[in-house]
Amino acid sequence: MQVTMTVNGDAVTREIEPRMLLVHFVRDELGLTGTHWGCDTSNCGTCTLWIDGEPVKSCTTLAVMAGGHEVRTVEDLADGANLSPLQQGFMEEHGLQCGFCTPGMMMTAQALLDKQPDPDEATIREAICGNLCRCTGYENIVKAVRWAAEHPAGADSEVSA
Amino acid sequence: MTATDVPVSAEGNPIGFGRMLRKEDARFLRGRGKYVDDVQLKGMLHGAILRSPFAHARIVSIDTSAAEAHPKVKAVVTGAVLETLNLAWMPTLSQDTQSVLVTDKVRFQGQEVAFVVAEDHYSARDALDLIEVEYEQLPAVYDAKKALDADAPAIRDDLDRPDAPHPNHIYDWEAGNKEHTEEVFANAEVVVTQEMLYPRVHPAPMETCGSVADMDPVSGKLTIWTTTQAPHAHRTLYALVAGLPEHKIQVISPDIGGGFGNKVGIYPGYVCSIVGSILTGKPVKWVEDRSENLMSTSFARDYHMTGAIAATRDGKIQGLKVDVLADHGAFNGVAQPTKYPAGFFHIFTGSYDYDAAHCNVKAVYTNKAPGGVAYACSFRVTEAVYLVERMVDCLAQELGMDPAELRMKNLLQPEQFPYTTPTGWEYDSGDYPRALNKAMEIAGYDALRTEQAEMRRAYEAGESQNLMGIGISFFTEGVGAGPKKHMDILGLGMADGCELRIHPTGKGVIRLSVQSQGQGHETTFAQIVAQELGIPPEDIDVVHGDTDNTPFGLGTYGSRSTPVSGAAAAVVSRRVRDKARIIAAAALECSPDDLEWEPGRWFVKGDPDRGQTIQEIAMAAHGSLELPEGVEGHLDATAVYDPPELTYPFGAYICVTDVDAGTGQVKVRRFIAVDDCGPRINPMIVDGQIHGGLADGIGMALMELIAFDSNGTNLGGSFMDYLLPTAMECPSYELGETVTPSPHHPLGVKGVGESATVGSPAAVVNSVLDAIQIRAADMPLTPAVVWRAMQGSPLRNDLAIE
Amino acid sequence: MQVPETFDYERATSVDDALALLAKHGDEARLIAGGHSLLPMMKLRLAVPEVLIDINDIAGLDHIRIEGDEIAIGAMVRHAALKDSALLFEHYQVFRDAESVIADPLVRNRGTIGGSFCQADPAEDLSAVGSALRGSCVITSVEGTRTVPMRDFHQGPYETAVADGEMLTEVRFPIRPGSGSAYEKVERRIGDWAVAAVGAFVQLDGDVVSDVGLGLSAVRAPHYTIPEAEEALRGKPATRENFEVAAQLCHDLCDPTSDQRGPSDYKRHLARELTLRALTRSAARARGEDS
Repeated sequence: MQVTMTVNGDAVTREIEPRMLLVHFVRDELGLTGTHWGCDTSNCGTCTLWIDGEPVKSCTTLAVMAGGHEVRTVEDLADGANLSPLQQGFMEEHGLQCGFCTPGMMMTAQALLDKQPDPDEATIREAICGNLCRCTGYENIVKAVRWAAEHPAGADSEVSA
Repeated sequence: MTATDVPVSAEGNPIGFGRMLRKEDARFLRGRGKYVDDVQLKGMLHGAILRSPFAHARIVSIDTSAAEAHPKVKAVVTGAVLETLNLAWMPTLSQDTQSVLVTDKVRFQGQEVAFVVAEDHYSARDALDLIEVEYEQLPAVYDAKKALDADAPAIRDDLDRPDAPHPNHIYDWEAGNKEHTEEVFANAEVVVTQEMLYPRVHPAPMETCGSVADMDPVSGKLTIWTTTQAPHAHRTLYALVAGLPEHKIQVISPDIGGGFGNKVGIYPGYVCSIVGSILTGKPVKWVEDRSENLMSTSFARDYHMTGAIAATRDGKIQGLKVDVLADHGAFNGVAQPTKYPAGFFHIFTGSYDYDAAHCNVKAVYTNKAPGGVAYACSFRVTEAVYLVERMVDCLAQELGMDPAELRMKNLLQPEQFPYTTPTGWEYDSGDYPRALNKAMEIAGYDALRTEQAEMRRAYEAGESQNLMGIGISFFTEGVGAGPKKHMDILGLGMADGCELRIHPTGKGVIRLSVQSQGQGHETTFAQIVAQELGIPPEDIDVVHGDTDNTPFGLGTYGSRSTPVSGAAAAVVSRRVRDKARIIAAAALECSPDDLEWEPGRWFVKGDPDRGQTIQEIAMAAHGSLELPEGVEGHLDATAVYDPPELTYPFGAYICVTDVDAGTGQVKVRRFIAVDDCGPRINPMIVDGQIHGGLADGIGMALMELIAFDSNGTNLGGSFMDYLLPTAMECPSYELGETVTPSPHHPLGVKGVGESATVGSPAAVVNSVLDAIQIRAADMPLTPAVVWRAMQGSPLRNDLAIE
Repeated sequence: MQVPETFDYERATSVDDALALLAKHGDEARLIAGGHSLLPMMKLRLAVPEVLIDINDIAGLDHIRIEGDEIAIGAMVRHAALKDSALLFEHYQVFRDAESVIADPLVRNRGTIGGSFCQADPAEDLSAVGSALRGSCVITSVEGTRTVPMRDFHQGPYETAVADGEMLTEVRFPIRPGSGSAYEKVERRIGDWAVAAVGAFVQLDGDVVSDVGLGLSAVRAPHYTIPEAEEALRGKPATRENFEVAAQLCHDLCDPTSDQRGPSDYKRHLARELTLRALTRSAARARGEDS
């Protein structure tokens, strides 16, 4: 069937099977391979992207269910060549190692920051508890989100405490 | 941002060791990493594997006709098809054979039965349902302790082993001084014996395993993109297994989404994707789902251990012995050096000073998935450290001694290094008391004990249900295999090649045999070159993970990248530096002996203004300058580094837990880790490696488990059942460091990738048991396990809870 | 990656539309809301519906509001909204307690109260809360609506009172002035299904428990509750001794089975321990002593 949605600001239309998972739609139909998948049971959060501004697990969402809605993926975080403050935070604080969970982790963290620009450590940990990481032990991910909170305009900005 | 004692590049990076942001992050942060499942080739087909629902069953018949009739199916491969290609079985990494697709009977649940190739992934999955397999179920060996019973069914009836004491017996292997140990135990004032299980767990990297095989029917060249930590070893194995000429095989290991040992071995799916490509003439992608990953690829541990420790009444440890029952699953597929059937387990004597030690390891087949050496274990040093650190705590409890005091009394002293252990390891260097003191200082150990005593008083008075535990673990690892005279994998010596080429403008490329799975090699190895040659790290490109474009080497596991390939990188850099000296001397018209090195530059002794930078030398090396006789042009070098010995990182960990005695729930409150891995090339990356390992320890100690029921059904086959720690279970870690360089490594570094995974589980377990004052309970310490331990009716964690 | 079998997809834009589609496709159709229970089962091919009717776009089922002396919650209210609702928190803190330990924040962004109730997983948390609060379920069909008491809604594991051609549209809870409520759960890890969990409300008249509700999850309590324990406490002083009597009844009358989350004796122990804790905390909240 035909499905139309907005992905990273662009309207896209494709002919797909109703059973196609949203993660496969963005990866295989649109070539946006920044969104990964890591389990089948909506436990790991590697496939996290946004639908209408809310982070959701795209391995447990049908592409047709996103029809008519707005999808945003990790590819949309950077402004051209410029990394977003959150991306910069992940780099500055070594919030990623193998990079596999990172896109999903950042999509969750960005949604948190949009709602709550100055979250404390406990709030961050709670917000990302649906995103599993095997490399970092989460320590530097938490710091990366804090870095972004403290630098809302990126590397050249800093909020005094 | 950078270390203060090295120069800083124009981009703000240390020209040498120090904190440097990672080069690889630029693509990962933008979603532009390229992992195996991101590979898209023209005309690519998709594979899916039919797996056995039974753990032990004879195949009566397989009917693939309906699947073959599916309009989008291009090929259906069974064991019978593979037999015609002589590919139905393949060698394991431990001198055994393993089924690729079943020909006779399945030997574990989830074993590969058939492979479907279709136009798309969804159709391939659909076609699996169209394959009809008739199984004749057989009783399963699900309990390692019953594997050698007289009536236990024989699992490996494919093997011809008339001399085996039992069809399910793999080997008995021992190390240490048995007679002396028995004598010491016979005369000891105190002997404590304890059974413990290091249960079956799984590395479970976030990216599962997979491959894209592309056999070019014209050139006969096979290109395979695959999740491998050891691309060169894989290429050689494919040549040996499939009979393909090795120069016609290119293994590309692109970005890898975590390995932890899960991506060392060759899995049937990889071979099937190759066969699929050969049969269809098209590229074939196969990527396993999470259940396939957890149920069929390399598990870790599964050691049933009975330890005994001997000591004087005042706490001087005199000896340690252990009997191990090792569950290897249905095929002996452990990935470790050939001469070490139990890996490096016999490093179990740990960090203490005594001369009596002995272990016996008895390995058995069961109807479970093969594997056994994975999950950042440093070739079973995890099991060894767990054993000794648990036994020391058992002894402390028996003696009524503080476990820190007992350890301090027995730790090896700095002047004893190099130290040869009773089982034959030669520890290179260390200052153990310093590390433990530092950890205790960070923890505020005495204050914690005071708080603990007050909490216990309140608990015993019925005022509270909260208990607190303080657990210590002190570990010594041996990492960085070879030397190759002692260590090989399938006859391939564990030495690493490395090539460094400096371009005319002074930028360079270094080619490695090892392959990062997140460890940041693209940054670290550029820093090694920077340290040795004074070239900014941003000017050095690191090439890895492609067998056509890198020198041969054994790969990244066992914390060997920095100890082995890091040394190789230092050696090639020094060779380039030496060559640069000759070229600089020619350019400066002086003798090489007259030149002195400073970072990035050779200059004339006593005349510092007269010199040549490495960039100037590079241009000269490629230019018209006449070079001395015997000196070829260009500025490059190659090396193969064969380590003289292992390196021995160590550390002291302290874990503080809170236990709800009413429910058995455990919360890790603090985790203090003092690591000594020698000098740190990039301290930021080192800390990250430690963080990850500490989370592993929390995961294994508290929740990760693969158990089996009496049918041999895997009870940890999805992320709903195989639990990984989240940000909520992990505390903010408190790290400390000491630096004791390795005397035999060119950079003094010791490796750190697995230290925290090795050292941390015992700290968590010791902490929980310290809280509830119970001598033993096995991982994972789930609420039920803790509560049952407190009731005196402990659960057996490797079996189904009934 | 696991993928579902083929099916046809329909999107409903109103309740009437959904009911018409249900009527059209009969028992081969399934409604899909958040999909976080149904899609994993479809990926494992344990559920193979021929038609999925997407109800995410239906307007007017996402309300949390007071109607008379009840709180009415639309079936499409997401877990995240239940957790964040100030109105709900004011009357029943048990919702925020429970929602903090259901799955994870991402799943909670999609999963709905209607989906949870209709899945009727025996280890589900919201169903235990619903049973504790003795709410009611509004079920709609082309014939109109009917209201079913919560404890009749759940008829067994994965079985509800919703018949073919019907859909759950609203859940209602009586407002109980002077009450406090709480949820206590033991899990192996955050986001895991309960080893055991207990939800409670306690309504106080002075020191006396004028009314009480208990909902138990994952311990095979029929309809997620043990009414004998409620009966034993109703009209009695809110003392630890009386709470212990009720907790002991939960221990004795539940019927947990052993699984990898724990052996049955442990779950039974938790039924007692968590009942005691949930009652204690509920009473404290009723007195305004505990947030």
